[in-house]
Amino acid sequence: MNLTRDLERARVEIERHAREFGLDFFPTIFELVDHDELNEVAAFGGFPTRYPHWRFGMEFDRLQKGYRYGLSKIYELVINNDPCYAYLMKSNSLVDQKLVMAHVYGHCDFFKNNVYFAHTDRRMVDRMANHGTILRKLMERHGVGEVETFLDRCLALDNLIDPHAAALRREPAASRGPRSAGEGGAGGPRAVEREGEPAASAPGRLPAKGYMDRYVNPGRFLDSQRKREEERLERQGRFPARPCRDVLKFLLDHAPLKRWQQEVLSLVREEAYYFAPQAQTKIMNEGWASYWHSTIMTRRVLRDSEVIDFADHHAGTLATSPGRLNPYKLGIELYRSIEERWDKGRHGREWTECESLEERRRFDRRLGEGRAKIFEVRRLHSDVTFVDTFLDQDFCDAQKMYVYRTDPRTGRPEIASRDHRLVKEQLLFGLSNSGQPIVEVVDGNHDNRGELRLAHRFEGLELDLKFAGETLRMVEALWGRPVCIESKVDGKGVLLRCAKGEVATQELAPSGATDRDGSDGR
Amino acid sequence: MTRRIERDRTRFRDIVRGRIKQDLKRFVSQGEMFGRKGKDLISIPLPGIELPHFRFGDNKKEGVGQGDGEPEPGAGQAGEQPGEHALEVEVPLEELAALLGEELELPCIQPKGKSELVAPVGRYVGIRRTGPESLRHAKRTLRAALRRQLIAGTFDPADPCIVPIRADRHYRSWKEKAAPESSAAVIYMMDVSGSMGKEQKEIVRVEAFWINAWLKSQYKSLEIRWIVHDAAAREVDEATFFHLRESGGTKISSAYELCAQLMREKFPAEAWNVYPFHFSDGDNWSGRDTERCVELLQKELLPGSNAFCYGQVRSAYGSGQFKKDLDAALGKDERLITSDIPDRDGILASIKAFLGKGR
Repeated sequence: MNLTRDLERARVEIERHAREFGLDFFPTIFELVDHDELNEVAAFGGFPTRYPHWRFGMEFDRLQKGYRYGLSKIYELVINNDPCYAYLMKSNSLVDQKLVMAHVYGHCDFFKNNVYFAHTDRRMVDRMANHGTILRKLMERHGVGEVETFLDRCLALDNLIDPHAAALRREPAASRGPRSAGEGGAGGPRAVEREGEPAASAPGRLPAKGYMDRYVNPGRFLDSQRKREEERLERQGRFPARPCRDVLKFLLDHAPLKRWQQEVLSLVREEAYYFAPQAQTKIMNEGWASYWHSTIMTRRVLRDSEVIDFADHHAGTLATSPGRLNPYKLGIELYRSIEERWDKGRHGREWTECESLEERRRFDRRLGEGRAKIFEVRRLHSDVTFVDTFLDQDFCDAQKMYVYRTDPRTGRPEIASRDHRLVKEQLLFGLSNSGQPIVEVVDGNHDNRGELRLAHRFEGLELDLKFAGETLRMVEALWGRPVCIESKVDGKGVLLRCAKGEVATQELAPSGATDRDGSDGR
Repeated sequence: MTRRIERDRTRFRDIVRGRIKQDLKRFVSQGEMFGRKGKDLISIPLPGIELPHFRFGDNKKEGVGQGDGEPEPGAGQAGEQPGEHALEVEVPLEELAALLGEELELPCIQPKGKSELVAPVGRYVGIRRTGPESLRHAKRTLRAALRRQLIAGTFDPADPCIVPIRADRHYRSWKEKAAPESSAAVIYMMDVSGSMGKEQKEIVRVEAFWINAWLKSQYKSLEIRWIVHDAAAREVDEATFFHLRESGGTKISSAYELCAQLMREKFPAEAWNVYPFHFSDGDNWSGRDTERCVELLQKELLPGSNAFCYGQVRSAYGSGQFKKDLDAALGKDERLITSDIPDRDGILASIKAFLGKGR
């Protein structure tokens, strides 16, 4: 820490207030740096000791130009680590620094307490430095060009991870075999036909006395159990057994890579997982930090002479522009609305069933639970669940939110609706999987020729085909055999295939499942 | 030591310029950033490389907005009316100069070793894992080796033999103190006699601009003086230099005398890197005057300057005799560089001839 006396005094004060408000954060270390240094650290994604790669240089170039022409300026930079590192720009005025410090404590609290960050490595600064050392050594041994080219390929795929993997297990721990304890009752006809299966039992049938059987094992339940069982059997012949969203992991486990290549791929994957929660909680995280800088500054820290500057910068941070959504603004307003609703008890049945407009306006149960509620929200939610749970019509109206569409006639965007359900749907659409397409490995031995088959889970938006083709090339270079991806264009299924660097597109049969008939087990 | 990021930045620029990693060349996009300079919008070039990803195409025509009013078409879409602001492309001059330097393979200029100019002082302040062998830090290296052997359990106190491997090596690293500036002066002389037409002056203008750009990238401060001459010489400002149309005879020695005087009074050779440039169509008044020029060059101009450059612009009226005379009298002196500029396409070759020696 290299703060000046004034700044250190301000920091101590702000930290005290933050703790009094109930924020709970890692020790936070502030560094005072000039703009060159700040841009450098920012270009490295916050880690001054990262591995060498040209894209950091590109980012630095962009930041430097933006700064030099007065177009953009970084105010704060904070790293999820224990201790938290935060950077302050030397040239900022004292009131800016205070605002940033209060903001940073908000972020730190969020990093420490939000469940989506629970799996992240809190010693990431050290780990990044290790990654840097590893890559530098590899570059020394294998040549900069070769390692860098491989790194580029890995980075092209670094969005193909499974952001929820840390929280749930997709593969069952042990094979949950069919329960064969069931008595009586003929199994489904198809189950009997299968070889090596205990013919007598319907899959999934629970043990029950004859007269209770109808209730314990209703037909629908048996059907669903049978279906699951069929799927399981069908999967047995497949590789991977079920579609695998963590494409990087699949490549790591099964692609013919050299050891150093595995090392590189695994560290790229590790970093991708580290950064994933930040994309999953952008609105929440920025909203939370803004809520706290505003609260701490306006209630405790601001001096009279600083009010105007603070208001100016605060407003700048929260400014909205037409057709674009500011995560700071949406986040802070949602927290405030939650706080108000829980303070006044405006939730639950009593509130939703209250029809009288006048009553709604005066609705106040004086519960004062708002603060506690937002602390709970910041612990449990991600952007998707946050917006899904708390965005209602009142909020949309108050915030003047709308959905816009491009009018096909004029080609100009127009407001299509202000209905909160549509707004929410549209918002969630963009937030799901952090705005990235979901791509899975469906077959690691496609056509029984060792080819890799990926699938884009189509949800309404098409892939950029040119880019998809280029990405496929990268995948092919890793996989060593031709690769393909199925997706949809204009409502029709297509298969993009890349063999020896040549990308070809072919249409798929409408059902999309015909390819897999072979493994049906008949 | 330079910033860690500079290495990445250099590499990025090299890729953009297609010098390394050709396979990435097709992902280079010529982006731009919009800035404001007074009333005008300026475009700041911002090349980028976008690694391919699986991502959504651009078929999303809807979104969520917040606030008053209608959404506006994005910046990427064409507006209905032509822009009211002039759109200038702003390329930083240093980048232009670097491009020029690369294109012409100009060597970086070695400033003259002047007694006043203190060489940049490096101080050893840090330790690095990489470096030249001559800077190997023996103690640290051995310590690292010992540590490794202790961890690996291969160290035997009875036989304390430490064998460093490559990974153990540590090197001293240094920080450079800001070097005192080396300063340069450029003196442009142009013949504005009747035989130099508009086209000839334009050529001189373009060439002088590029030479300026290059020299500015090489020296922190650059003094520029402008001299025009016909039968008599005088010092003028930049605008006059480029736009003056004089007529009359040509007495080159007048310019050289003024130049020599300037160098004596303002730019003594001990403290300055001086670059006189002279452009003319090569039609001097008399042979006697040419002799006087050669004498001035030998006695004052050449000893006092890094390089004296004479560019001869071909014109319909000029005889081009002056260059021949110079080459004959002083051709062996490598401080004198002469070049012939037949037309606009000859500018680059001429710049290369002038600056290609890195003096």
